[in-house]
Amino acid sequence: MQCFSQQGGFLLPDQSHSIDRRPWLLLSPALVFITVLVVIPMAFILVYSFYENIDLAVDVPAFQFGNWMELLTDGYYHTAIWKTLRLSVIVTVLAAVLGYIPAYVIAMTRYRHKWLLLLLLILPFWISFIIRTLSWIHIFGNQGALNGLMNLLGLGDLQVQLMYTEFTVIVGFIHVFLPYMILNVYVSLEGIDRNLEPAARTLGATPWQAFREVTLPLSLPGLAAGSLLVFVLTGGSYVTPLILGGPSDFLFGNLVYDAVVTELNWPMGATLSFALLILLGSVVILYSRLMGMNQLAKAFG
Amino acid sequence: MTKKYDSVTRYARLREAVGNGDVDRRTFVGLLGSAGLTAGLSGGIMSTMATQARAMGTELHFEGWGGVVSEALRKNAFDPYEAATGNKVIDATFGGENEVLTKVKAAGNTDGHNILHSSGITWYKRWVDNGYHVQLNLDNIPNMANVMEAMIEPFRKITPDGLSAVPYDYGTTGIAYNTEHVSHEKAKEMGANLLLDPSLKGKIGGWGGDWANRAWYGALQSGQDPNNIQDWDAVWDKAREHRDLVLKYWSSGAELMDLLAKGEIYVTEAWSGRVAALQAQGHPIAYMDPPNGLAWMETMFVMKGSPMEEAEALLNFMLDPETAIAVAVGQKYPPSLDPTKVDMPAEVANLPAFDPTGKLEGLVFRDPAAWNPHEKEQGKQWNRVQKGG
Repeated sequence: MQCFSQQGGFLLPDQSHSIDRRPWLLLSPALVFITVLVVIPMAFILVYSFYENIDLAVDVPAFQFGNWMELLTDGYYHTAIWKTLRLSVIVTVLAAVLGYIPAYVIAMTRYRHKWLLLLLLILPFWISFIIRTLSWIHIFGNQGALNGLMNLLGLGDLQVQLMYTEFTVIVGFIHVFLPYMILNVYVSLEGIDRNLEPAARTLGATPWQAFREVTLPLSLPGLAAGSLLVFVLTGGSYVTPLILGGPSDFLFGNLVYDAVVTELNWPMGATLSFALLILLGSVVILYSRLMGMNQLAKAFG
Repeated sequence: MTKKYDSVTRYARLREAVGNGDVDRRTFVGLLGSAGLTAGLSGGIMSTMATQARAMGTELHFEGWGGVVSEALRKNAFDPYEAATGNKVIDATFGGENEVLTKVKAAGNTDGHNILHSSGITWYKRWVDNGYHVQLNLDNIPNMANVMEAMIEPFRKITPDGLSAVPYDYGTTGIAYNTEHVSHEKAKEMGANLLLDPSLKGKIGGWGGDWANRAWYGALQSGQDPNNIQDWDAVWDKAREHRDLVLKYWSSGAELMDLLAKGEIYVTEAWSGRVAALQAQGHPIAYMDPPNGLAWMETMFVMKGSPMEEAEALLNFMLDPETAIAVAVGQKYPPSLDPTKVDMPAEVANLPAFDPTGKLEGLVFRDPAAWNPHEKEQGKQWNRVQKGG
């Protein structure tokens, strides 16, 4: 008995110790990856942002705030931030509206081969992102499919310049990012109990009311996750405006490209990259705060 | 008990088999590839093996401007070279050499970069200043004897002890216009100001990739000597005027050709050879060099760390009159060979910018002493002006 109690006495602190360690053990592969692939490189970028660029491709290690001051005081960068946020919001809202419908159809359909619809959704990922973006030139371009169709119908040439405008940039973004939205919304719609809508109907709700008050609120987490993804992906892009946009269609990412590749000014490029990380990171934090509270509210009914 | 080989043993046995001639190189590389897939993340082993694989056959990595230029080099220079030597040329496209410099700086070495189709003296100086140059042994490149002295001299001035590149071709950046929408008379009369014609708003293009190109035209449009710009504000004012009329700044020769061929734009500054290629394809595009238009020369630059003898052999092969002329006809830029020493066929003599005297005195090149000191400040300025600043 004594021995047992002694063992028990020794075991208790040991046990609590091993319980404490287990989550960390499970988390460790992820933590190692994040540290090696995200935290350390970002730390390098942060350090580089204090360096000084003397001439093209010539940087001197230093600790000075010149690059950060330039970012904070120069209206050029602020315009780019505004343009980036504005375009990201437009793309996100459009993707949410355009993405919800197919997601709803796929989730609610009684079609036997639902996997086929999901496959169609993933199909575009098999083609390179650049090729998909370039394809719009052959649709909206001067000699593109749209103009060809107009001519075929005897309507003459399209009078509006579609290519190399903000419109084509938005179309390009939607095209590439829409599947992320649809998949997220689909997953959350799929998780909703199918009896809830009929139950609402038996209680006197119209179909629209049942959707608005039951289905839509329950699918919000998926919609929010999809929106976050689309927002962050758009905000960090630079290739789409480069290929599909005109001179004034650029995002913050294009300034990073300019600084790093054309001006060969890595310290400024590092400053801009880190600023973009802070910008998009705060959107993610804001999201987790809002969604976190939402979940809490749900728990309290 | 079955014997289980570890990866290193397997590689060692495989290599031994290759050494004995039991496995040919193609199979070996294939096996190496699949072994690499199996090995997954064991990067250390793979990079060691890759280095060894490279040492066995010589691969030369070439980077150039893409499109018709790459096709001409591939067909007339690389394919015959590979057939003749058994070495392999891996060619890739860049949007500009700054991309290569960024990659090399980021990687900390020049692995995978051997020969660049480098643009002129400015970049030659930059590569040398950054320590990425080599000293070519010209005894291994006897065909250098045919290259125009006027094209070698500027490079020799920068590296008097030995060249790191061979001059290969030259051309001009003039103005291309669609003859269905712009008359020859109008183009001639307006010269560089054709790019600022408000009646062509939305049908004008420009090269976005090079600040100095834009500034050169800004200087011409503001009545300044491009090699002696005094008023930079006037230059950028003209660039802004141009920007407000531009549909698209193109970023590669292929994009330039596409925009002109599809009638997206009617007027743009353009590279002479690309316009000649469009004309050969039957498009109604004309080309003019305005007074003081920009001329440039290109080299085949060898990067530090390259297999020298193989690189020199390739350069000599490329400078062989037969090859150089075939490439020139294909890419539509005159070769660096002296026309007083090597007979040029009519196809070359008729190319835009071709100089039969071999002295290039009629062309105006960028003076690196006048341009390089301004690059940091004015290059940045251009990026802003381009985006509406």
